[in-house]
Amino acid sequence: MKFLCLIRAEKVMEQMPETAAAKHFEEYREFTAAIRGSGHFVGCNRLLPPKAATTVRVRDGKVSTTDGPYAETKEQLGGYYVIEARDLDEAIRVAAKIPGAWIGSVEVRPIAEDEQTLRALGFQRD
Amino acid sequence: MALDPPPPAGRPPANDNQAAHARATAEAVYRAESRRVFATLIRLLGDFDLAEEALADSFRAALEQWPREGVPANPRAWLVSAGRFKAIDGIRRRARFVALDDVAEQVEAIPDDAPQLDGEDIEDDRMRLVFTCCHPALSPDAQVALTLREVCGLTTEEIALAFLSTAPTLAQRIVRAKAKIRDARIPYQVPTPAELPERLDSVLRVVYLVFNEGYSASSGDSLTRVDLSSEAIRLGRLLVELLPEPEAIGLLALMLLQESRRTARASPTGELVLLADQDRSLWNQAQIAEGAALVERALASRRFGPYTLQAAIAAVHAAAATADATDWSEIVGLYDILLQAEPSPVVALNRAVAVAMRDGPAAGLELVDAILARGELQDYRLAHAARAVLCRRLGNAAQARAAYDRALALTRQEPERRFLERRLAELRD
Repeated sequence: MKFLCLIRAEKVMEQMPETAAAKHFEEYREFTAAIRGSGHFVGCNRLLPPKAATTVRVRDGKVSTTDGPYAETKEQLGGYYVIEARDLDEAIRVAAKIPGAWIGSVEVRPIAEDEQTLRALGFQRD
Repeated sequence: MALDPPPPAGRPPANDNQAAHARATAEAVYRAESRRVFATLIRLLGDFDLAEEALADSFRAALEQWPREGVPANPRAWLVSAGRFKAIDGIRRRARFVALDDVAEQVEAIPDDAPQLDGEDIEDDRMRLVFTCCHPALSPDAQVALTLREVCGLTTEEIALAFLSTAPTLAQRIVRAKAKIRDARIPYQVPTPAELPERLDSVLRVVYLVFNEGYSASSGDSLTRVDLSSEAIRLGRLLVELLPEPEAIGLLALMLLQESRRTARASPTGELVLLADQDRSLWNQAQIAEGAALVERALASRRFGPYTLQAAIAAVHAAAATADATDWSEIVGLYDILLQAEPSPVVALNRAVAVAMRDGPAAGLELVDAILARGELQDYRLAHAARAVLCRRLGNAAQARAAYDRALALTRQEPERRFLERRLAELRD
């Protein structure tokens, strides 16, 4: 079972003082190495700050583009992990070790793996 | 006169008496064991809805077969096996619509039930069910509703009454909770020691609500439901055994001390008897002694909370030889601490009643009216009943009648209704 862990925090790396960011990067290096070792790792990435974001909508065939993320909350989306876990409790144990969870929050979402989804996304042949 | 043919070997004769007896046994076993069987079926089948279907099927099979073939030696094991078999049967019957491989996989994934039917495993299944229903990934409301529905087997109607909500709202809450368990893969297991303390709080809250549902059934003819209260106490004991945390101990103490008054709480004809009027010789001294010892143990930990404080209050009541001998100052003091730990309007109401006992009805009425004015307890029958008593003691019959009328309109429980009607009649005389 795959889970997406969405990391949100009030400050992303670019907004932190340099030493704090360096320490945080080191924590992520250790965490990622650990879950690669334990077999939970599937994928991950860090996102550039929300000010680099653009929101796109298409209505009646017309593309509208606006600056920034769709929803403005206090916590910003800063990155994600895709993990493999047996069940929610295991996923929660892994998510609790994501360094971002200590200063922000991590949303744990099961990834849909039903046949209709897999076929629609081209992961499985018709 | 021709003799009846002998019954088939190994089967008792199926005469009407024995058939009726077997049917009654099946029903009694169902009442006593259905939730345990259900808890095990969830583990075996890996799905709440499949398990519920299998439980109904197994009981139907018991009603058919037991009158004919006799009651099995281990009825609970029989029900689990029958339920598991019926579920596999159902999956195979539906096989026409899905690929054969999937069916084989699904059926093979269902573990054999034989090695897991001993007492300890069954108890583990009940704990698995409790912790799954109380998983913090479910909303607190959903945890409570799901536990009452799945662990205790209450109907959605009964749960709705206990929560001052409606049956459709509760039903939807339960359906959503089960969908989340399935979709988010909430596991069917007792948490690891590291996770256990964090997960205990919601379990304790749910257990106490179950106890209250049994102790003061929210609807129906009888004042109490013995099975639910003893169920809650049993769950409480199991929790204390698994995790002797102060609040688990405090909750068990609280339930035992309240339970000790059960016999005195209703007259032989089923009428409600208030604490002050109870025959204290009917109080169960063994339960009081056990409860009081548990209170001491929880208080000594210095990490106690609301359950231990409520148990301590119940212990003060239990220690008084007569109602007049009650140490109301001690009780008001304990309510003061409780109100800090848990600022709720119901606690404030109970404190107001204790103040009335210590300082007189006028002081109590002032507090009760202030609580009612805040609005949260406007539809809480006991708030109006308390107001009625205080008005009556102050000689204000008109206001007492109005408050009893309001309480009557809100009560759904027969003995309580009769009690309130008697008090109203006394006021008219």
